[in-house]
Amino acid sequence: MRVVVGQGSCGVATGARKTAAEFEKQIAAKGLGIDVSVTGCVGTCYLEPIVDVYEDDGALTRYVKVQPENVEKIVEEHLAGGKVVEDQAISDVDKEFVTRQERIVLRNCGVINPENIEEYIAVDGYKAIEKVLKSMKPEEVIEEIKVSGLRGRGGAGFPTWFKWNAAKASPGNEKYLVCNADEGDPGAFMDRSVLEGDPHSLLEGMIIGGYAMGACEGIIYCRAEYPLAIKRLEIAMEQAREKGFLGENIFGSGFSFDIRIKAGAGAFVCGEETALIASLEGERGMPRLKPPFPAAKGYWQKPTDINNVETLANVPWIIYNGGAAFAKYGTEKSPGTKVFALAGKIKKGGLVEVPMGMTIRDVIFGIGGGIKNDREFKAVQMGGPSGGCVPADLADTPVTYEDITKTGAIVGSGGMIVMDEDTCMVDMARYFLNFTRDESCGKCNYCRIGTKRMLEILERITEGKGEDGDIEKLEELAVKIKEGSLCGLGQTAPNPVLTTIRYFRNEYEDHIYNKKCTAKSCKALIQYKITDACKGCTLCARNCPVNAIEGKVKELHVIDQEKCIKCGKCMDHCKFGAIIKE
Amino acid sequence: MSEKVCGCGCSESRAAQFADLAPTLEKYAKVPGSLITILQKAQEIYGYLSPDAINYISEQTGIMPAKIYGVATFYAQFRLEPIGKYLIMLCKGTACHVNGADMIEEAICEHLEIADGETTEDGIFTLNNVACLGCCSLAPVMMVRSADGDETYGNLTKDKVKDILDEIRKKAEVTA
Repeated sequence: MRVVVGQGSCGVATGARKTAAEFEKQIAAKGLGIDVSVTGCVGTCYLEPIVDVYEDDGALTRYVKVQPENVEKIVEEHLAGGKVVEDQAISDVDKEFVTRQERIVLRNCGVINPENIEEYIAVDGYKAIEKVLKSMKPEEVIEEIKVSGLRGRGGAGFPTWFKWNAAKASPGNEKYLVCNADEGDPGAFMDRSVLEGDPHSLLEGMIIGGYAMGACEGIIYCRAEYPLAIKRLEIAMEQAREKGFLGENIFGSGFSFDIRIKAGAGAFVCGEETALIASLEGERGMPRLKPPFPAAKGYWQKPTDINNVETLANVPWIIYNGGAAFAKYGTEKSPGTKVFALAGKIKKGGLVEVPMGMTIRDVIFGIGGGIKNDREFKAVQMGGPSGGCVPADLADTPVTYEDITKTGAIVGSGGMIVMDEDTCMVDMARYFLNFTRDESCGKCNYCRIGTKRMLEILERITEGKGEDGDIEKLEELAVKIKEGSLCGLGQTAPNPVLTTIRYFRNEYEDHIYNKKCTAKSCKALIQYKITDACKGCTLCARNCPVNAIEGKVKELHVIDQEKCIKCGKCMDHCKFGAIIKE
Repeated sequence: MSEKVCGCGCSESRAAQFADLAPTLEKYAKVPGSLITILQKAQEIYGYLSPDAINYISEQTGIMPAKIYGVATFYAQFRLEPIGKYLIMLCKGTACHVNGADMIEEAICEHLEIADGETTEDGIFTLNNVACLGCCSLAPVMMVRSADGDETYGNLTKDKVKDILDEIRKKAEVTA
């Protein structure tokens, strides 16, 4: 028997380390001699901390939301007594969150111990690279990837084989394969999960790619905000070197390839290939004109291929099972599976991997369990700051690169932020513009100044100072920024504004002409009021920081709207639900 | 030739002042493209990039101070001011925004009487808004970085965040 505690970042954030320590303590105290090990994120983040108990015959019992105080019962009844603690075990409904998925990229996440290479080897790890080096020519590897139809999972969806082939075709012996692990899209965390939960599959994917294009070195450009991912990658690389999977003369094939990590320093624009290369070279991460494309002139002017984490983590599976097996999933133009990060106002947030072509509705309601507190589903934001908001009306859109692009959003890296009726769409647009304004590198005028001007207009609208003509001005600026920007950041920055205007123009108009925020979220456009339910307890008045509430004990209180700063403290303190937002 | 002295006027030699950085500089000073790595190491050791540190790195690498400033100010990670013992990294990612990160920021600012980027008078806390910590399912989230490592807190509420900060402050005062 063994105990495995999920310790991805989200598990750790909910206290998984304390839970694991408690298991170790109690198992030792009882002298049970049961091993406690660690695994990455299972993806069911809403149930963390998650503890798996494996019997000797491999049978699995999954316990959810295991805090240190729940450990004693599991140790006593299950580990010592052999009886499953039913009320702590995962429910059948929650099991479906995982069983309804098709896991290729996440196949090992939450299953194996990411810090132990033997566990990766036990699930056919490093078999694909062995197959490649012993029996395949580089062009055969590229052909297999072409058959699979794998497209870049970082955002643009560019065919992976094409990039590999371009790098291979470029002259020279010094070539680089860069893994973009600078997951900058706020709201997406699949790359982090793979790095933390299954680092070897990324390394194996990189070695295969390196062989296919003839690269001498691999570089993982990883976010500094992911310390756990960097630590696990370092452990994985060390173990792979010891085994001879990384370094000189891999599998005696004569092929040598090593990988190093470069920590990014926090700049969203470094997701753009040429900016990323500038950053690797120690410069400000500013994009440059293409061509020349990195495949011809990249890192230190040498041919360079850049792929994202999820893309590369697919590679070992594709090589081992064949490109055709991968292409069976998904649609003709968007084959395979894609990992989505479900977050926002969703019941079951986490990582889900599904075949491309599943509808948005199936992902959000079928797997994600629908909207938190059973509120009304309003929209889903896809593709982060470069993407857009897809309204509830279009929930039956299949998730493929082509169909999502038609809505004005993009699949992007796979973030799905679900929004309910309390989310103000103008505020969402403002939020994203604030982000892109901050992250614009400043090279192109339209991006640098245009995003700032758009943000100013959006701020005015959310502050109740919107004017006639603002929407048109936003639209005009949006088009010009798209046309006048060099890289993807500027070319896509207006998308959140354009999609919210397209689908929620009435909300913009409400803000501008009626000075009303439908979602009751924009502070300047709401009023707090005290209803008849007030018992006159005075708690609100005592907690008001600006003394805006008047009223005697046991009498109805009133808020002076002139003085009110709309901090919401009164509403937080009211025990009778007598204070409302209008 | 007289020995170089540090900017504060003390007589300590620069090499001694930046002794902790010596192994990093030895390894990377002459390797092209290593500036960000050196700056990261310097910040890890000293907590921030002081003018002295930047000048010293410039001397050792031959990269102009202006260029180092350019790089340091481009990336969100680098700080030119010292920070408190505990660095609060408040996530302002999309999921956190939708789930009320602004409210959490207000609560922190009010409780600690600082704004984003500032440090409390007692030098215990610095608040930094960050783009995304990648714990979106636990939104709103913050990470607190200190000498003891990183601790992440999820599903924050206004009250919860105040309790967490109070507890850290108590711990900081006991150890101080």
